[in-house]
Amino acid sequence: MDLNTITDVARPRSRAQLPVWTAGDAWLAGGTWLFSEPQPHLRRLVHLTDLGWPALTIGETGLSIAATCTIAQLDALVCPVEWRAAPVINQCCRAFLASFKIWKTATVGGNLCMSLPAGPMISLTAALDGVCTIWKASGGEQKVGAVDFVTANQKNVLTPGDLLRQIDLPLAAMKRRAAFRQISLTPVGRSAALLIGTLGREGDLALTVTASTVRPHRIGFAAMPDAADLREAILDGIPDEEYHDDVHGKPLWRKQMTLRLAEEIRTELAATVR
Amino acid sequence: MMTYRINGKEFSTSPRPGQCLRTLLRETGHFGVKKGCDAGDCGACTVLIDGEPVHSCLIPAFRAEGHAITTIEGLAGEDELHPMQQAFLDAQAFQCGFCTAGMILTCASLNQAEMQDLGAALKGNLCRCTGYRAIEDALHGKNNLEDAAAGDAFGRSLPAPAGPQVVRGTAPYTFDTAVEGLLHIKLLRSPHAHARIVAIDKAPALAVSGVHAVLTSEDAPDRLFSTARHERAWMDADDTRVLDPIVRFIGQKVAAVVADSEAAAEEGCRRLRVDYEILPAVIDPEQAIAPGAPTIHPGKTREHRVANASRNIVGETHGEFGDVAAALAQSVATYEGTFTTQRVQHAALETHGGLAWVDANGILNVRSSTQVPFLARRALSEIFELAPEKVRVFCERVGGGFGGKQEMFVEDILALAALKTGRPVKLELTREEQFIATSTRHPMRITVKAGADRNGKLTALQIDVLSNTGAYGNHGTQVLFHACSESLGVYNCPNKKVDAVVAYTNTVPAGAFRGYGLPQTLFAVEAAIDELARQLGIDPFEMRRRNVVKPGDPMLSPPGPAHDDVAYGSYGLDQCLDLVERAMRADAGPIDLGPDWLIGEGIALTMIDTVPPGGHIADASIALRDDGGFELTVGTAEFGNGTSTVHRQIAATVLKTTVDRISLRQSDTAHGGHDTGAYGSAGTFVAGRATQAAAEKLAGELTAFAAGLIGADASACALDNDAVASGAQKLSLVQLASAAREQGKALAASGNSQGTPRSVAFNVQGFRIAVNKGTGQIKILKSMQAADAGRVANPLQCRGQIEGGVAQSLGATLYEEMVIDDAGRVVNPRFRDYHLPSFADLPRTEVYFADTSDALGPLGAKSMSESPYNPVAAALGNALADATGIRFTSVPFKPDRLFPLLQEKFGG
Repeated sequence: MDLNTITDVARPRSRAQLPVWTAGDAWLAGGTWLFSEPQPHLRRLVHLTDLGWPALTIGETGLSIAATCTIAQLDALVCPVEWRAAPVINQCCRAFLASFKIWKTATVGGNLCMSLPAGPMISLTAALDGVCTIWKASGGEQKVGAVDFVTANQKNVLTPGDLLRQIDLPLAAMKRRAAFRQISLTPVGRSAALLIGTLGREGDLALTVTASTVRPHRIGFAAMPDAADLREAILDGIPDEEYHDDVHGKPLWRKQMTLRLAEEIRTELAATVR
Repeated sequence: MMTYRINGKEFSTSPRPGQCLRTLLRETGHFGVKKGCDAGDCGACTVLIDGEPVHSCLIPAFRAEGHAITTIEGLAGEDELHPMQQAFLDAQAFQCGFCTAGMILTCASLNQAEMQDLGAALKGNLCRCTGYRAIEDALHGKNNLEDAAAGDAFGRSLPAPAGPQVVRGTAPYTFDTAVEGLLHIKLLRSPHAHARIVAIDKAPALAVSGVHAVLTSEDAPDRLFSTARHERAWMDADDTRVLDPIVRFIGQKVAAVVADSEAAAEEGCRRLRVDYEILPAVIDPEQAIAPGAPTIHPGKTREHRVANASRNIVGETHGEFGDVAAALAQSVATYEGTFTTQRVQHAALETHGGLAWVDANGILNVRSSTQVPFLARRALSEIFELAPEKVRVFCERVGGGFGGKQEMFVEDILALAALKTGRPVKLELTREEQFIATSTRHPMRITVKAGADRNGKLTALQIDVLSNTGAYGNHGTQVLFHACSESLGVYNCPNKKVDAVVAYTNTVPAGAFRGYGLPQTLFAVEAAIDELARQLGIDPFEMRRRNVVKPGDPMLSPPGPAHDDVAYGSYGLDQCLDLVERAMRADAGPIDLGPDWLIGEGIALTMIDTVPPGGHIADASIALRDDGGFELTVGTAEFGNGTSTVHRQIAATVLKTTVDRISLRQSDTAHGGHDTGAYGSAGTFVAGRATQAAAEKLAGELTAFAAGLIGADASACALDNDAVASGAQKLSLVQLASAAREQGKALAASGNSQGTPRSVAFNVQGFRIAVNKGTGQIKILKSMQAADAGRVANPLQCRGQIEGGVAQSLGATLYEEMVIDDAGRVVNPRFRDYHLPSFADLPRTEVYFADTSDALGPLGAKSMSESPYNPVAAALGNALADATGIRFTSVPFKPDRLFPLLQEKFGG
């Protein structure tokens, strides 16, 4: 929709050209959320596309995803064969409530910064041990684990003027075998629980719970737990008040679905160990 | 200045910094680009950028500079159709057509992989009308159309006349026009559920550059009316003003700002300083009618059609036949249950709104998105004390209605602004305003009590209803009456009782909605019938056969008929039950989806009067044109209901010609005559009857006139496509027109229908479903509906109405729910939080027609727009009970709602 209070668009081409952050500023990456709701408090958009960040870089240490990388670009990535976690990229892209038409415009960074519980790029980067690089408004950089980037429903570690630059997924995480489960109140709707389990060479299990909780939760096991241990770890690790309550799912149900999907993941990954 | 390449042409324009591509495209005349939600959820604004589909409402306009943009108007060359446009025509994959441009552009760009997963590929394109089957047909290249020889149009699957314009994006909807000097209206809305406006300081708003006027209650006529529109004004409560000094719900309009641009009008609204005195509010209907509750409309009396203002009761009805309590005490089987239905929204993709101006002759013109142009004209004439001929209301093609536009939400403020400023004005509601400030279906709480003897004969049937009309009466009383009428009247039962009340609350008003109350009460009544059958071990089909009315039986509901003009013009309920039973049994083999999935079947039925009570009037006129074709003028509106197609079919059939020779003018008070409106499924049954009468009269005049010219006996003359023939002699219609012109004779006729007597139509819905006892998820394995529509005027369109009704109703059964918080605020006024069924969410419904012909309807046809919606929630609830053994009593049946009882019964 038209954002009628916007009077200016800044189009920086480098970090040095970023304008001094002022009340009424907003970063504009894809804009698919920004332009979807009235924003009467905003006066200026700072357009990030001209910064020209390479969308995706595969290096010796893993995958680097620019915050401005679109969902469509990420979904089209050709991964090295030894990246056994690669299927979760497409699974997370398909977990968007939005259609493929939005994927062409929406960005990975935008999804993290919106910090909705159901943000599937949060799920993906948290599950694959992503590390966020933040350009601080005050200068310098800050590194934060993707699992810690979101702090609550629509809240994150950024302070005004901070800019999410990229998310790095380490090689070790990309090589883990991954299992994905998601449930929604409707067949292709917004995630009410999205869980990803990854299995290491040593048989260790990393379970990442998202969407059902207001922020990502990571529960690690040195070895594959049995069903009872898994259940207990989730019950111990995630207090009831962490389960999200909105029109997309009641907390009690989200909790039970979390337990159910976690067990499905455990069963799937345990079968590959035998 | 930026340069845009749109459909191969260069446009130079300066986009505003925060402008999105959608409005830029419309400002450059590309009206095929629609606004459905303005938030990226519905896909109506889809365009191609460099060949890739995007939602243009989410694209910053400046970012599209230099890219190749394709809108629906440019998808094919001039006078050509893209294969996908042709496919949508062949399959008739549209009803109102508002989503069609975006749908076609999306479909045309799908790759082969996306075509294999349409549920995912089309999740960003919402269609509120069709239920998607016809769209799937288009994607599979099916041609659903028939031809018809002269005189044989009725009963054929002929295409909608506006189809070519709809698929090209050139069919004009309400806002698809550029008006010189147009001013824009934005409304300041109340943040309080109940407050008195003490003062409004207009000065800061008037100081905004571009603001022309600020209108408050002081500028508006102090006259009470109802936004509900009926032929008889005495049906609805007079409790509403154009602008009221009291606000009674969050979202009610407080003031209007009229400005050069929407931006300036919005800024004006933000600058207005309003001093409110907060009043106590009541959100819950039970609390609202309890003693001591704050009064929402104090001082209103029965003169205003408010039943009991001191108890916040706008309407009520009570009555008993026989003795229900005594009968229940003696019944072998009894059931009692309390059911609740939620608040749902029509969600027509075109929002409410319109344009208004005073023309050179001093006539106030209003072009609006309405189902009732003639009744809106009547209301404006009364409110503004203008002679009826000084007010013209009309609609172009309307982007969906579903009852929501049988109401006057914008025409009053449009008229006020046009009259005050003397300038053309426009008001286009946002999607959020649709949710918070128009109307919804009435939420109801229904307690049903029912009893039966050992043979399954009903002994007692009672409902106690509490309906919630929100802050204003709107349709509250009439919906309540209808809810308690056919739902009980369809069953023979010696003891029946009704106690029903509709309450005011400080929430967004409820209004007319497809089904008009019956879907809510049927949810309870049809559950009770099933529960009795289960107790008695009687099959649900058989239970209904033993109890439904048959021709000759009185159709009774307490306190008794206020209108006695309903008759069995035809009867096909028995056939409908048979058809669904046969379909259900056809593939009743064992199904194994795994240990978590429980399988169940359920049915429900509905009866509906084919016309609303108390008068529904339609005029039609038809004239022979000089070119030998006919011009048919009707008042009824087209919003996807398909009546434009049917009216041409009726006229062509009567005049023994083909539909292409009939041109249609419609829905404009300037055409003269009267039409109560396109509601209550009256577009075919009532207005169609007027068209039939006009065409029959003209046919008589044509043959008589031709007989005179030929010198033959009129009885020897007959219409024959483009001529009148008498034996071997033929006079073409062109010759007749020319001869008439020479004699100064007009070959024209008019017809009228008073909408009485009325008939009854029937529907039976069946489902086979699977329920996951571990998650609460529901899969619909089979959906079938049988309809008694009389002689079906257009089987393809009628099937579309039924599929669309089932689809919309499944939305209300499984997904849709407007949530209102304790303060009275709508929590989820956007499509991403209010889930309309998408392609992936719906089954394909098998549709069957009973073989009947109605003695009262036009050429044997009956109404069939609302009733397909009615039995869906009830049938699904019955299937759910069959699968799980648990009676779920609240819709929507979302997994998180079903889960607690499933877990209690089956474990975690």
